[in-house]
Amino acid sequence: MKALLVAFSDSDRSLGGGISAKLGADFDIVQVPTSELADSAAHSLWSLVEGYAFVLASSSMRAKDVMARLAGLMDAAMVTDVTEVTAPNRFIRPILAGTLFELVETLSSPVVLTFRPSGFESNMASEGSQVAYSGTAVERGAVCTGQDVRSSARPDLSQAKRIVSGGRPLGDKETFEKVIGGLADKLSGAVGATRAAVDSGIAANELQVGQTGKIVAPDLYIAAGISGSTQHMAGIKDSKCIVAINKDPDAPIFESADFGLVADLFEAVPEFTSKV
Amino acid sequence: MKILVPVKRVIDPYAKVKMLPDGSGLDVASVKFDINPFDEIAVEEAVKMKERDPSVSITVVSIGSSDAEEQLRKALAMGADEALLIETSDSLDSGVVAAELEIVVRQLGPDLVIMGKQATDDDRNQAGQMLAAKLGWPQATFACEVSCSPGRVTVVRETDNGEETLELTTPCLVTTDLRLNEPRYIALPGIIKARSKPLSRRPRGTSGQPKTRIVGYQPPPPRPPGRKVASVDELIAALKERGAL
Ligand SMILES: Cc1cc2nc3c(=O)[nH]c(=O)nc-3n(C[C@H](O)[C@H](O)[C@H](O)COP(=O)(O)OP(=O)(O)OC[C@H]3O[C@@H](n4cnc5c(N)ncnc54)[C@H](O)[C@@H]3O)c2cc1C
Repeated sequence: MKALLVAFSDSDRSLGGGISAKLGADFDIVQVPTSELADSAAHSLWSLVEGYAFVLASSSMRAKDVMARLAGLMDAAMVTDVTEVTAPNRFIRPILAGTLFELVETLSSPVVLTFRPSGFESNMASEGSQVAYSGTAVERGAVCTGQDVRSSARPDLSQAKRIVSGGRPLGDKETFEKVIGGLADKLSGAVGATRAAVDSGIAANELQVGQTGKIVAPDLYIAAGISGSTQHMAGIKDSKCIVAINKDPDAPIFESADFGLVADLFEAVPEFTSKV
Repeated sequence: MKILVPVKRVIDPYAKVKMLPDGSGLDVASVKFDINPFDEIAVEEAVKMKERDPSVSITVVSIGSSDAEEQLRKALAMGADEALLIETSDSLDSGVVAAELEIVVRQLGPDLVIMGKQATDDDRNQAGQMLAAKLGWPQATFACEVSCSPGRVTVVRETDNGEETLELTTPCLVTTDLRLNEPRYIALPGIIKARSKPLSRRPRGTSGQPKTRIVGYQPPPPRPPGRKVASVDELIAALKERGAL
């Protein structure tokens, strides 16, 4: 059996080996140029999928945009956000903001999958052989007229080893950047945020962690002023070590934290930053 | 301009849902149901367009059990003009939903389909893109700003690393993200008043079978219990001991 790994970024390229081994499939890689919109990308990939039992991509917003459209064109079974492969036709994935998992069986072939990289080994050495991407030039009716790519000197959230996240009480952008960003920089880590922080304009949308934001799996996740809603926890459960700093001793986040500190974050976080 | 908004009846996103003891299903006997929050945002956006341009007409459609009438009535109360309930007890997956919606689109001929990017029960994030593929329409997923001019829809969409603006020609499909708008609050009297708006029912229009099947449920892997620390110094020491610093 063969799988085709669709890479949307260079770092996706190391992710094919782990899941393909679980599927019992050899894999090839095709890299999609970042400038391609979903409709043309899906259309171009469609011409390459013949003969593959699985078409795979690491879960990201871009992957979901393109891969679900591809599954629609192929009229194929699709499973998103796979965390575990129990058989080549059986997949485990989270539902209800990660409060439960479902076991999904696919009933036809081929299958389109997006997977959570934290569930599978990554291995740069086991790169599959390259398949050339060739854009099919079709008039699709969508053009991109503007892009606001917020490049940051900090590591990418979904790959970071250490993440410091802040919630609603940070109050404004400057405070958020100073308190949360300050500790993140000290730890050479990434910055994350809750939906409440993003919605109130304290943090940028691409920093949102959770059910409907980024799914992260760092070695260390520090949550400051975050209540611990199921929607936020959905994004951080695979973190190796979770630290919660919250002034409310009954905040739900303490139930899932490895280490909890009941304290005012405006005192505790700067102290942590200066001592670590 | 005609707008179609598909809505899904889902378990209240704030409810704590348990599975049946044998893992064969979910224990939904005592939980509330609501419109999928992302679909509610889609309805709100359509209603805002209608407020700006009274010639807009909005049809909402739901596929599922007769109970979904409740969610369609809520969408009508928010300002949609008419509702369609495709009644079925079949188990559905995103592919079947997209095939059913494709038929509705071909019959109704909307200029715009706007729907949630995912449902908060199964978190699949597939149906919109699949429908756009089947229709051969341009798509803009994860919208946080939408504006319309004749024959054209402009969407600012959230991406993995920021935002981008897409210009789409109609007909086209948009899926909504959380920050697109804040849905209006509808009190019960409003929902009762909306009872006079037309709601039609019909059975499924395709015989397609799902390509995926749910075999069972399981709890998330347990996290070992954590502990409280009394000070920043103790926290740093504990993290060092754990090898996390
Ligand atoms: C469909 C849907 C999808 C969602 N998706 C997401 C998602 O992807 N990600 C996400 O994060 N949320 C998501 N949410 C929102 C989620 O339900 C919560 O509303 C949100 O996570 C709360 O953010 P918060 O913890 O910053 O704010 P709050 O819940 O207001 O918590 C603030 C916390 O800070 C503490 N605090 C206050 N002041 C201080 C201080 N000085 N020092 C220390 N602690 C302090 C308080 O005790 C409190 O516990 C979603 C909701 C819905 C309905």
